[in-house]
Amino acid sequence: MNGVHDMGGMQGYGPVQPELDEPVFHANWERQALALTVAMGATGQWNIDQARSARESLPPLRYMQNSYYQIWLDALENMMVARGLATHQEITTGQLTQPGLPAVKPLARAKVDAALAQGTSAERLVRQPARFAEGQRVRALNQHPMGHTRLPRYVRGHVGTVVKVHGVHVLPDRHAATVQGVDSNEGEWLYAVVFDARELWGPAADPQVRVSVDAWESYLAPLETAA
Amino acid sequence: MDVRVRALQTLLTDKGYVDPAALDRIIETYETEVGPHNGAKVVARAWAEPDYREWLLRDATAAIAAMGYSGRQGEHMVVVPNTETVHNMVVCTLCSCYPWPVLGLPPVWYKSAPYRSKAVMDPRGVLSDFGVSVPADVTFRVWDSTAEIRYLVLPLRPPGTEGWTQEQLAELVTRDSMIGTGLPLRAQDVAVTA
Repeated sequence: MNGVHDMGGMQGYGPVQPELDEPVFHANWERQALALTVAMGATGQWNIDQARSARESLPPLRYMQNSYYQIWLDALENMMVARGLATHQEITTGQLTQPGLPAVKPLARAKVDAALAQGTSAERLVRQPARFAEGQRVRALNQHPMGHTRLPRYVRGHVGTVVKVHGVHVLPDRHAATVQGVDSNEGEWLYAVVFDARELWGPAADPQVRVSVDAWESYLAPLETAA
Repeated sequence: MDVRVRALQTLLTDKGYVDPAALDRIIETYETEVGPHNGAKVVARAWAEPDYREWLLRDATAAIAAMGYSGRQGEHMVVVPNTETVHNMVVCTLCSCYPWPVLGLPPVWYKSAPYRSKAVMDPRGVLSDFGVSVPADVTFRVWDSTAEIRYLVLPLRPPGTEGWTQEQLAELVTRDSMIGTGLPLRAQDVAVTA
C-alpha cells in the first residue's frame, strides 16, 4: 500500500533531532507498550508482517501524530479486535466482559529469555536456484499493490545492481495476507540491490551517494538489454 | 496514555493472554541488559582481531552469536565496514527495523519522519544534523532495512589506539557510530590508563 509509512525521499520534515543521553523509555506506558506488543506477538495470533501491515494501515493523520509506541499500541488493539481476542469496549474500559480465548497461550516468564534469544528466523529452504546473481543489473518493478509490501516507492521503476544474495526469506506480501490456518510463509530469494542516488533522485543528486534496499525476487525484473 | 495502557494490560492479564512476570522480564531485558554496549564489544573485537573481523564480515550472525548476542530483530545480521573512502548509514524508511541484540531498542529519532525520509536522499545532511562531517570525497552507502536483514556499521578504528585492550576500545564505540549517524570517539576523548 502506498501508505504514509513509506517515507523515503519525502521532504519538509525538518532536521533529524537527536536527543542527548536519551533514555530507553520516556514514560512508563512505553515500557508496557513494548512488553505487551512483544508478549502478544509471541502468542502467534499474527505474524510480524501482519503487525507491520496493521501499523501502516492506521489512518494517515493518526500515524503521523502518534509516537512510535502509540502506533504499536493502536495496531495491537486493532489486531486483537479484528481477531476476536477482545472487544473494542473491553479495550476502552479495561473491563473484561467475556473470558479469553483458551487457544491463546501466554508467553510464560520462564520462556522469555529463550524466546528473545532465539527470535524468529525468516529464512526458508532453497527450492529453486536464484534468478539473479551479484553484479547483475535489475529494475525494481513499478507496482503498487493495495496490501502490505516492502518495496519502497522511491526505488520503484529504477535500475540498480544486485550486490548481495541474502538467501531465501519469507515474502512479506504473502505473509501479511495469511488467513488463519493457512500457511503463507513460503520463501523467495532476497537480494540487496544498490541504486545510484542520481538514478533515484535525478541528475542534481549527490553523485557520491548509493542507496540499497533488500528486495525479493518478485519485486525485480532483469534489465532488458539494448537490442 | 498511562491509564490507557494500564487498562489494556489489566484486560490482557485477566483474559489470560499475558503473564505479568513475563512482561516485567521483557522490559528488564531491553532496559538494562541489551543495548549498544553489546555492539561496542563486537566492534572492539573486530578492531583488535583480524580473524574475527574477517568472520564478522563474512557471517555476521554467527560471529555476533559467538559473543552471546542473538535473537529477536537480529536473526539475520550483516556488518558493513566503513573505509577511508566509504561511509555506511543504516535506516528503515518503512518502519523501525533495527538490530536489537547489538544496539537495543531504537532511539526516537531513528523512528521519526525526519530521519526515515532524509537518510536515503541526503545522508550527508543527516550527518550534519548530528554535528558530524566526513571528508568531501567519501562515498555514502545507505542501507534501507526493508527485509529481516539487520545491518550494523563497523566504524573505522580511531588512530592513536594501538595496543589498547578490547575493553578500552569498546569505550570509543558510540551507538551512533554503529548506525552510521556518528563516528567513534577519538583516542584523546577518553582517559586511558595504559
